[in-house]
Amino acid sequence: MTLAARPKAATTAERRERARGRGGRGAGRPPGEPRRIGWLYALPALLVYAAFLIWPLLHGAYFSLFEWDGLSPGTWTGLSNYSKALSDPTLRGAFLHALVLVVFYAVVPCCIAFVLVAAMSRSKIRGLTFFRTVLFLPQVVAMVAVAVAWQWIYSPGGPINDVLRWLHGLGLPDWSRGWLGDFTWALPAVGLIGTWVQIGLAMVLFMAGVQKIPRELYEAARIDGAGPVREFLAVTLPGLRRELAVALTLTTIAAMRNFDLIYLATSGGPGDATKVPAYEVYNRTFNTGEVGLASAIGIIIAVLIFTFTVLIGRFVEGRDR
Amino acid sequence: MIGSRREAFVNYTVLVVFSAIAVLPMIGVVFQALEGTELNVSNFTDAWEQGHFADYLRNSVIVTVAVVLTATLLSIMAGYALGTMEFRGAGAVFLLFLAGLTIPTEAVVVPLYFDLRSLGLDNTLIGLILPQIAQSVAFGTFWMRAYFRSVPRALPEAARIDGASSWTTLWRVLVPGGRPAILTMVVLISMWTWNEFLLPLVIINSDEGLRTAPLGLSFFQGTHQTAYPLLMAGALIIAAPIVIVYVFLQRHFIAGMLSGAIKE
Repeated sequence: MTLAARPKAATTAERRERARGRGGRGAGRPPGEPRRIGWLYALPALLVYAAFLIWPLLHGAYFSLFEWDGLSPGTWTGLSNYSKALSDPTLRGAFLHALVLVVFYAVVPCCIAFVLVAAMSRSKIRGLTFFRTVLFLPQVVAMVAVAVAWQWIYSPGGPINDVLRWLHGLGLPDWSRGWLGDFTWALPAVGLIGTWVQIGLAMVLFMAGVQKIPRELYEAARIDGAGPVREFLAVTLPGLRRELAVALTLTTIAAMRNFDLIYLATSGGPGDATKVPAYEVYNRTFNTGEVGLASAIGIIIAVLIFTFTVLIGRFVEGRDR
Repeated sequence: MIGSRREAFVNYTVLVVFSAIAVLPMIGVVFQALEGTELNVSNFTDAWEQGHFADYLRNSVIVTVAVVLTATLLSIMAGYALGTMEFRGAGAVFLLFLAGLTIPTEAVVVPLYFDLRSLGLDNTLIGLILPQIAQSVAFGTFWMRAYFRSVPRALPEAARIDGASSWTTLWRVLVPGGRPAILTMVVLISMWTWNEFLLPLVIINSDEGLRTAPLGLSFFQGTHQTAYPLLMAGALIIAAPIVIVYVFLQRHFIAGMLSGAIKE
């Protein structure tokens, strides 16, 4: 449930201003209260958080340095699990699949969301709240339910194949197949489910951004004779840089963390066709007894997500200044 | 308006097409669960009984309520401290919570399994609740801190001058004013907790009676591979509670996603 908020810590200017506003040292806190009381308020949250998130993370990093089946004593192997994660063909394939899924989860939904926002922003649209509510709905449904539903939709007797067989009856080639069981098509099929889920998130983010773009910019563009496309490229797109960064961050994280869908819809199959790192964390721990390797994969996922979050943050801030 | 009639037509077409893409699969699922032609709820009753969904929903309700109540309380307190008080180490604590927002379940689930097992907390609801509180307070603290920082200083100061303790100030003055922010946080944490799958899968690995709704659906699917009407009924049963909440509180879902992601 990572919501990749990426705020910067209070800037020095902000801090200085706060200190000045309150007349300097100590004046910020309520009168007569010891400073330490802040710790009392923060401590309960901090303890649960440290015990059940930070500690497991460190513990996982420690596991990742061992060859361990989860039962017998492990053997220290240093960083070899990490080199294995990046050299083993199946695991390397899994990371490559994750990159393919980033295109489906992040790039395609953002492109579609831009089209939707362009359609919503140029003239007044009736029922905007309705469209927004409906388009965001796939975000809300449990991924498990999404997986079960799409398994039926892609199944040999499902609605997609019904349509394709009907088209075949009209003289087109027979394109029907069990999409999730097809070596070539399983990964794109899974990817399209991700696209379906993420469009709404990107759209909602962009819509919020568009509302902050000054109307005068649009009026100026229209006076200059810009059509819908020019107007979008010159006004809307630049105005949405921040929202685009956030949308890409959140959807890429969703692509990297896509366990439920793979576990339920394909179990990584057929063959290794839809194996992804998140699935391999589970698979290597509980099916093949490679706990150290699984931990290393988990840490790599965390590092990739953290790096991506930071890079996107840099990109946004770098151009703001 | 410059937008011509043709352009308006294109705009509405785009919106209607993508809205249809968003809901048609779900409508298909509903029809499949009702077996198409006439209204047939037997799939729901069958799924409900064969799939033990009453038990799974009860477990999910227990876990979600426990996580939401505890995480909300802890987040309000921690957010209050980090947002209004200046104490030594506050900056470091905030950064620590912030880092937690990027830690994926995938990176902690394996060690959590072994840690909880050695504590005897695997196959218990408490073993499921505690890690989810931890994930939720990272977001909650960040979220509540932003709210407490947005409150004008004069408000708590006036309360303090009237002799209220910091505890009273928090609950009598600041929390009532923060109801929208708190509701939004509650809605998001509920959704994430209800929909969580990997954690229950790993922690509730043998006690079938403790499965949560999403986990129950996955096992139901295991035993009814291609009995699609039954499966679709099961999927609707586990998705419905949060979808109903969404329809009524969609503003809060969307506002939460937006400011959670963009603020500051």
